[in-house]
Amino acid sequence: MKGSEILTTEALSVTFGGVRALAGVSIAVREGEILSVIGPNGAGKTTFFNAVTGAYAPTGGRVFLGGVEITGKGPDEVARLGLARSFQNLKPFAEMTLLENVLIGREIHMASGMLAAILRLPAFQRDEARQKQRARDLLAFVGLERRRDQLARNLTYGERKMLEIARALALEPKVLLLDEPVAGMNPTETGFVMELVQNIRQQGITVVIIEHDMKMVMGISNRIYVLDHGELIAEGLPHQVRANPAVIEAYLGGGAHA
Amino acid sequence: MNGHNLRYDLFFYLGILLICLPFMKANTLYVPLVFLGAWGLRRFASFAGENRVIAQYRGRMVNGVLAHRRLTVAVCLILALLAPFASSSYLIEVLTSAILYAILATALNITVGLTGVLVLGFIGFYAVGAYTTGILTAKFALCGFWLALPLSGLAAMLCGILLGIPALRLKGDYLAVVTLGFGEIIRIFLTNLNGLTGGPNGILGIKRPSLGFFTLDDPRAFYWFVLLVLALIVLVVARLADSRYGRAWVAIRENEMAAGALGINVFKKHLLSFSLSAFFGGLAGSLFAVKQGFISPDSFTFYESVLVLCMVVLGGIGNVVGSVTGALLLIVVPEFLREFSLYRMLVFGAVMIAFMVFRPNGLLGSRLITLEIKDREDEGE
Amino acid sequence: MFLQHLLNGITIGGSYALIALGYTLVYGVLKLINFAHGEIYMIGAYLGFILISLIPAMPPVLQGNLFLILPIVLLIAAAICALYGFYLEKICYRPLRGAPKLTPLISALGASIFLQNFVMLSMGAKDRIFPQTIGMRAINMGGVSFTLLQLVMIGSSIALMLLIYWFINRTRLGIAIKATSADPFMASLVGINVDTVISVTFMAGSFLAACAGVMIGLYYGSINFTLGYLGGIKAFTAAVLGGIGNVPGAMLGGFLLGIIEALGAGYFSSEYKDVYAFFILIAVLVFRPAGLLGKGANERA
Repeated sequence: MKGSEILTTEALSVTFGGVRALAGVSIAVREGEILSVIGPNGAGKTTFFNAVTGAYAPTGGRVFLGGVEITGKGPDEVARLGLARSFQNLKPFAEMTLLENVLIGREIHMASGMLAAILRLPAFQRDEARQKQRARDLLAFVGLERRRDQLARNLTYGERKMLEIARALALEPKVLLLDEPVAGMNPTETGFVMELVQNIRQQGITVVIIEHDMKMVMGISNRIYVLDHGELIAEGLPHQVRANPAVIEAYLGGGAHA
Repeated sequence: MNGHNLRYDLFFYLGILLICLPFMKANTLYVPLVFLGAWGLRRFASFAGENRVIAQYRGRMVNGVLAHRRLTVAVCLILALLAPFASSSYLIEVLTSAILYAILATALNITVGLTGVLVLGFIGFYAVGAYTTGILTAKFALCGFWLALPLSGLAAMLCGILLGIPALRLKGDYLAVVTLGFGEIIRIFLTNLNGLTGGPNGILGIKRPSLGFFTLDDPRAFYWFVLLVLALIVLVVARLADSRYGRAWVAIRENEMAAGALGINVFKKHLLSFSLSAFFGGLAGSLFAVKQGFISPDSFTFYESVLVLCMVVLGGIGNVVGSVTGALLLIVVPEFLREFSLYRMLVFGAVMIAFMVFRPNGLLGSRLITLEIKDREDEGE
Repeated sequence: MFLQHLLNGITIGGSYALIALGYTLVYGVLKLINFAHGEIYMIGAYLGFILISLIPAMPPVLQGNLFLILPIVLLIAAAICALYGFYLEKICYRPLRGAPKLTPLISALGASIFLQNFVMLSMGAKDRIFPQTIGMRAINMGGVSFTLLQLVMIGSSIALMLLIYWFINRTRLGIAIKATSADPFMASLVGINVDTVISVTFMAGSFLAACAGVMIGLYYGSINFTLGYLGGIKAFTAAVLGGIGNVPGAMLGGFLLGIIEALGAGYFSSEYKDVYAFFILIAVLVFRPAGLLGKGANERA
């Protein structure tokens, strides 16, 4: 492990049938930074997240989290090792309350067993109370605490996005992957999320963001990686990437996707 | 209703009449008529906006029950305890049967309701439990009931694990059919392994359990016994439902991918819910064996599996109290409609469809109802 | 002996294939298993029974002439069953488009129970024996005994399969079905009426199942209202064996299942005849869920 790199991929590739969705992507995320991954639609950004978190099994390459190889491990194992993610097409647990949604994220921190749950032993009650409090704190952090007993399916779009983040944070991860956290939001909401992400970083969590919203990307990123057609075409500081001709070409030039 | 709709409806009805025509006999005459009546009623109802009023009323009634949850449960429990005193021995028999089905429905609810996995051959576990008890206590007289009971549960649970390990990796439809196959294979084996299971004739002479010198031969005593078992199982399932286990199961049901991304080992949780369902199903089977005194493969058909499934769905997916309600409704109500027993299954099928189309969440809704007081009341706002 | 079993297997297998096509076509467009499909098959058998019972009332030139009667009976029974399929979809499936998978499955189960009991109430719970058996005279050739009916059945099955193959691949409606199977949303965007396509798919599947029902009824000579349950399971096994969603696969699976069943019953035990299908089903789902020709049915995403 070099320096303080907390998440690295080596030549990560994902191929579906004949389509190379991801081709040899090597990324190094430094601990404590806010890293953005950008690129035109269809560039393979979400595929990248999926391959890193184990939702897809990579067809080539390796992934390391905190020096430990996690290539090919299932999503639940990866989550337990400290890597959390949110989903671009939101996946709230519709028939559960917000509190319960976040409590799912606390699952890996719960200690009591089945017997304790059935007998309602004091250890179980303490555990539940503690985790529920923690969940409430997380909801408060994203501004949803007052709605905690409402069903997730009654949320607005923006609130669902906040729930996604709170849920992922419940894991107490080392690295948080956010997939388009401000898509479809107005500037005020975007500003709120930007602040949120910076707060998250201040708590010591490394954040990797996929985004299209350049205000957010340029505003809070320490570094940026650019993907196009499944390949890494640029990396660097925000102002460098903005001026990079290859990047401009990818967004405006021949890289038009359906 | 504008003119276009009317013409379309007319053709629709005519078509129904046409296809019923080959099968028109004295006792099926009512079918197309009732169908048309129901369809017409629905059209009219949506036109008049009546269903909104009904929904409001129903909503208020259900909310009233929910608000005084503990009271309602207590009242029901007392009524259940007192029931044998006001009933003929035939009615007690029916109620006991309903209680056994309630156990089955509660058990099945763990997998189908909470975890969202469709199981079509659940009766197989019932059969394994019943036959384990039959074989152990009657056929080979190896042990008494009190040992056979847990062993029956464990035998069924073992079957559940063996079936679950390959089957739970499959997608919903396929899993359902594999469980169907399981149920059928169990039944075929029970019919053919004469040496072990007594073949088509089954096993006779299963004796009621005894506590020291007090035998549970009296129907009332046996009723209270199974009621006690039901209460315990419902308590266990309700407590599990309102714990990290229940939440994990529901999360898997709602969105498996998200559940996995949050650290839940989906396969293990699936296996857990499946095994628990099987275990309780086996316990119920054991009770069934001693209730009847004899068992044969005919009691464990696909139809039985579907019946239990309907109880779960009718009462509300994932709703623990709902399963018990569904069981009671589907066993007790038909008893009062005995004259119509010929049409019973017909109505049954139609009601299943109607429920899915109009009220898929069941009678009491799919929102989990537990025995615990909700946190909201504890903490205040 | 082997050839005998083989022939019997192909005869039954052809019918399994026809029913299996119904499952596979509906699965293709809806990604759902139509649990009530077996009952359509059963209704087809009963319709065949009703029509055959009318034979004494027909002009003598038709009576006893297999080649004239069978197509007419098949056509009428299949047409009515196609309507059954239409209504099944309209009432039990269409309102539940987009609902979680559990809901239409239970709805289909309800339809299955309803149809079974409807027929039972109408036609009685006991087996109904066909009043006339047609073409059952045994012909011996090279140690194998077969009947004209068997030949006609095999021929009809193949003819119907060719018909459906032509329909799916060469007509506009059939290609629309293929398109909807591949991607319903895109299909709707290019102007395909998905509702119509799904209706037609149900009707086509029911059409084929009815033909199978009539033929099986004639073959065994007696039918029962529980025919749909076992027949449905076996045909579903055949569809899965060939690869659910795959049209040639359903045909292949049907014939294979028929042959395996016949061989198994002939050489091992005829008591366990019905179990072979279940074992094949579980084996396929566990070891090769995509079936022989398929690629879709793999594990949860």
